[in-house]
Amino acid sequence: MRTAGPGRASSRRAPPGPLDYSRQTWMRLVLLGTFVFLYAPIATLVAFSFNDSKRNIVWRGFTTKYYEKALANEGLIEAFINSITIAVLSTVISAILGAMVAYLLWRFRFPLKPLYEGAITLPIVIPEICLGVAMLVFFSRIGWPTGLPWPFNLGQITIAHVSFSFAFVAMVARARMASFNPELEAAARDLGAGEWAVVRDVILPHMRPGLVAGALLAFTLSLDDFVITFFTSGPDTVTFPVKVYSMVRFSVTPEVNAASTVLIVITVAVTVLALWIQNRQGADKSG
Amino acid sequence: MERLKRHPVGFWVCSLPPSLWLLAFFLVPLGFVWVLGFGEKRGLIDVEITWTLENYIRALDPLYLGIFAKSIWISAVTTVICLVVGLPVALGIVFAPPRWKPVLLLLVILPFWTNLLIRTYALIAVLRTRGYVNFTLEWGADALGLPFEPLALLYNNTAVIIGLVYVHLPFMVLPLYAALERLDRSLIEAALDLGASQLRAFLTIVVPLAMPGIITGVILVFIPSLGSYLTPDLLGGTDSQMISNVIERQFKKANDWPFGAALSFLLMYVTFGALAIRAVLARRRERLVSP
Repeated sequence: MRTAGPGRASSRRAPPGPLDYSRQTWMRLVLLGTFVFLYAPIATLVAFSFNDSKRNIVWRGFTTKYYEKALANEGLIEAFINSITIAVLSTVISAILGAMVAYLLWRFRFPLKPLYEGAITLPIVIPEICLGVAMLVFFSRIGWPTGLPWPFNLGQITIAHVSFSFAFVAMVARARMASFNPELEAAARDLGAGEWAVVRDVILPHMRPGLVAGALLAFTLSLDDFVITFFTSGPDTVTFPVKVYSMVRFSVTPEVNAASTVLIVITVAVTVLALWIQNRQGADKSG
Repeated sequence: MERLKRHPVGFWVCSLPPSLWLLAFFLVPLGFVWVLGFGEKRGLIDVEITWTLENYIRALDPLYLGIFAKSIWISAVTTVICLVVGLPVALGIVFAPPRWKPVLLLLVILPFWTNLLIRTYALIAVLRTRGYVNFTLEWGADALGLPFEPLALLYNNTAVIIGLVYVHLPFMVLPLYAALERLDRSLIEAALDLGASQLRAFLTIVVPLAMPGIITGVILVFIPSLGSYLTPDLLGGTDSQMISNVIERQFKKANDWPFGAALSFLLMYVTFGALAIRAVLARRRERLVSP
C-alpha cells in the first residue's frame, strides 16, 4: 500500500518528501474514496428529487413537481411545522438550563461534584432507545394528559428533547468558560458591580458564543431526532422524521427525496452558521 | 471556583432548575424502567411489580443472548472497518496543505449533521436491487456483453454494517484527527532517518501516540452502533435484528413492557461496561505517561 512510486511519477514538482502523505496517490485515493462513499448517496438523493420519473432511476429531465407534491401533502407540512415548533421550544429551554449548568460547574465547588457532572452527561451517553423507552413508560405511568390542543400536545416530545439536549449545551458552554479571564470579574467587583451585574455584564457575554453554538447543536439534534420522538409521539403529534419514516417504510418515492432535500438544506444551513460562529469565537480568543 | 457558602442565592438559582429537570424528566423515567424490569404482566396493560427476576432470566435465553452477541459482533466489525478507513483519512487530513485542512474537516463533519433517517434512506436508494450500484454494474456488464444478476445488497447483515460505517465514520475520523494533529512530526522523521520503513514508523510511532484518539474513536463508534435502531430496522433483513429492534418490539407490537425494560437496562449495562473499559485504559495510559 505504501508505494511512493506512482505519487512521485505523477508529480511534476519536487518529489514528495517522506512525510508528504497528502501528495501520494494512495492517500489521495483513500480520501477521494471516503468522500465519494460519504456524499454519493446524499448527492443522488438530492439530484433525483428533481428527476421527472416516478420509479426509474434513469434521468428523464428536470422537474420541481415533487416539491409541489410535497408542499401539497398536508400531513407532511403539519409534521414539518410540529418539528420546527418542538425544535424552537426545546432549544430555548435547553439553552437556559445549559447555561445554568455551565455556570454552576464553572463557578462553584460543592459536595459530590464529580457525581453531579457524571449525572449531567448521562443523557449524552445512554443509548437513544433507552431514553425513548423511559419517556414512553414515564408519560404513560404518570398519566400525562393526551389530546390537548396544539401546541400543548407537543409537550411530551419537547420535554424528551430537552432532556437529552441541555447536556450538550452545558458541555459546549462550559468549555467556552475555560477561556474566561478571572481578572475581568475581579475588576467588575472592584468597580462595584453586584453578583447579578457581574453575571449579566461580564460572564454571560463571554459565554455567549459557546451558548449560541450549543443552542444550534440542540436545534439540529431536536430536528433530527427520530428514535426518542418515535416513542413519545402520538397519532396527532407526528414530527417530520417520524412522517418520513412512515413514508420510507412503504416505498422509495421522489416526493420523499424532495422533502428530505428541504430538511438537508435547513440542517446544513444551521450547521454552517454554527461553525461560522465557532470560528469567530476562535478568532476572538486569539485576537 | 468558590464554595457555595459565599453565594448561596446564585448557587441555588442555578442549580435547582436543571437539577430538578434532570431528576424529573430523566432519572425518574429511567427509574420507572428499572422498576418495570422487575414486574410481571397482568392483562393487556397492567403490570404488577413483584420484584421477580423472571425478565432477566428470560433475557438469558439463547435466542436473546444470540441477538446480544450479534449486536456486539456487528458493532465490533463496524468499529474495526471505521478504524481501518479512518486512520488513513485522518492522516491524510493532518498532512494536507493548510488551506485544504478546514475544507476536508468540514467535508467530514457535514454528513454527520444531516438527518440520520435521510442518510439511511439515501443508502436504500443506492443499494436496493434496482438501485444505483446494481444499475451501474448492469450497465458495465452490458457494455462488456456479460450476463448480469443483480446483487442482493440490501436487507442483510452486510447492508447493516455498510449503513453503520456510513453513519459513524465521522465519529472515528474526528478524534483520530485531533490526536494526530498534536503528534510531533520530528519523531516520524527520526524513525525514518534511522532506517525504519514507512510501515514500521506508522506501527511503532504513529499508532501508539495516537492511542488516546483511537480509544475515543472506538468508543464513539462502538456505543452508538450497539444501540442503533434505525439502521438495522431499515437496511437489515429478518435475521439482522439488533438489540434495539427487539426492545422496540417489546414496547410496541409484542406489548411486553417488563421484558423490554429488562432488555433496555441490559443494553445500558453493556454501554456502561464499554465506558468503564475506556476509563481504565485512559487511567493506565496516564500512569504510563506521567509516572
